[in-house]
Amino acid sequence: MTAFVRNQWYVAAYAHEVGRDLLGRTILGEPILLYRTEDGRPVALADRCVHRRFPLSEKPSRLDGDRVVCGYHGFTYGTDGVCVSVPAQRRIPRTARLATYPVVEQDSFVWVWIGDREPGDTLPPRAPWLDSSDHTVVCGMEPLDADYGLLVDNLLDLSHETYLHGGYIGTPEVAETPITTEVDDKSGVVYVSRHMDDAECPPFYAKSTGIAGRITRWQDIEYHAPCLYLLHSRIAPVGAPGPNPDGSDPHAFHVEVVYGITPSTEKTTYDFWAVARDFALDDQRVSDFLRENNHTVVMQDVVALNVLQKALDTEKPGYQELSINIDTGGLAARRILARMAAENAAPAEAGVR
Amino acid sequence: MNALHPPALTGGEVYRIHWVLGTDRLLAVCHCGAEHEFEDPVDVWEWLLAHPDGHRPFDDPAGRDPGEEAP
Ligand code: FES
Ligand SMILES: [Fe+2]
Ligand SMILES: [Zn+2]
Repeated sequence: MTAFVRNQWYVAAYAHEVGRDLLGRTILGEPILLYRTEDGRPVALADRCVHRRFPLSEKPSRLDGDRVVCGYHGFTYGTDGVCVSVPAQRRIPRTARLATYPVVEQDSFVWVWIGDREPGDTLPPRAPWLDSSDHTVVCGMEPLDADYGLLVDNLLDLSHETYLHGGYIGTPEVAETPITTEVDDKSGVVYVSRHMDDAECPPFYAKSTGIAGRITRWQDIEYHAPCLYLLHSRIAPVGAPGPNPDGSDPHAFHVEVVYGITPSTEKTTYDFWAVARDFALDDQRVSDFLRENNHTVVMQDVVALNVLQKALDTEKPGYQELSINIDTGGLAARRILARMAAENAAPAEAGVR
Repeated sequence: MNALHPPALTGGEVYRIHWVLGTDRLLAVCHCGAEHEFEDPVDVWEWLLAHPDGHRPFDDPAGRDPGEEAP
């Protein structure tokens, strides 16, 4: 199993999922309750009542203003987790308090900090396209019955497109393109670029961008371990100027594919996926196509990784794998995850006993 | 259109591995400038992470085996 990395921000939900209904999510094995106060602030508390551990995200638990009322015997908690009333008595036990989690709303996600220390100035990595008026976004979330490490492996190697997603996203040129992998060990970033200089324009892009003729197609993976994966996909007519030093790139069309990789339990993972584009912004058919296409691709991965996890469960410890060139980025990610997990082990695990 | 396109990594301690086009070989480039070609990504990482062992401060087109003593 891939060890969890504590002291990190994780995507807990889309901002639009967190509202005046109680939402429960388990992140790194910790059950978390999410809701929004009357003035719109997201709150994250432990999702277990201190009394008899009833899940506060389950009916008939409910909100009373900004307070959460346990559906079992009525213990009531404020947004700071402190219990403000218990049934049938005045005295509230001093220890009646729910753990609270630091929360940040950024780039259309609600992020929760899981760790043993406070985040301080640390903010989650960015995916600004998801909350930008220059982009149109389609998105979803699929629960995966597999170790999050299997999803990281999967996303860092795009050569599986040709097989697992044949006919959906693979193009023949993909297999004949040089790949450069860059690794910044310290900041925990893996960058895999694949720049195709002269490729056929898939019919969907020809139609939605108006490009006639052949294209340059860049696929740049940027993985911020452990939680966020970005696939920058750039399409431009062959011969068009490249991006400017300031990052602007007016001659190309961009699709930004974003994955929030959130380990839930040892063998379950939340697979948040979103696709942002900077062309055909108001074209509903383009949105429908991208949603349908990406959902299909995500589900092909989910089904395959669920099967793989089941198979791995039957393996003896220390089973063998064989890595080849396409695994260069994935191996880098595994190493970084192992290092981060060791540096941030929970105090109990890191203790001397 | 004016989309964000982040540059590739620019930090001081970045490892780069180029898959040499038309071959099965990987060219590993350490942040110290040392280079070495490999046929297996596991060997690539062993060599890169051994820095500075077996790394030379500049390019070494002749290529040297990982672990070889510095002159
Ligand atoms: S379990 Fe919540 S009030 Fe009893
Ligand atoms: Fe896939
Ligand atoms: Zn070196």
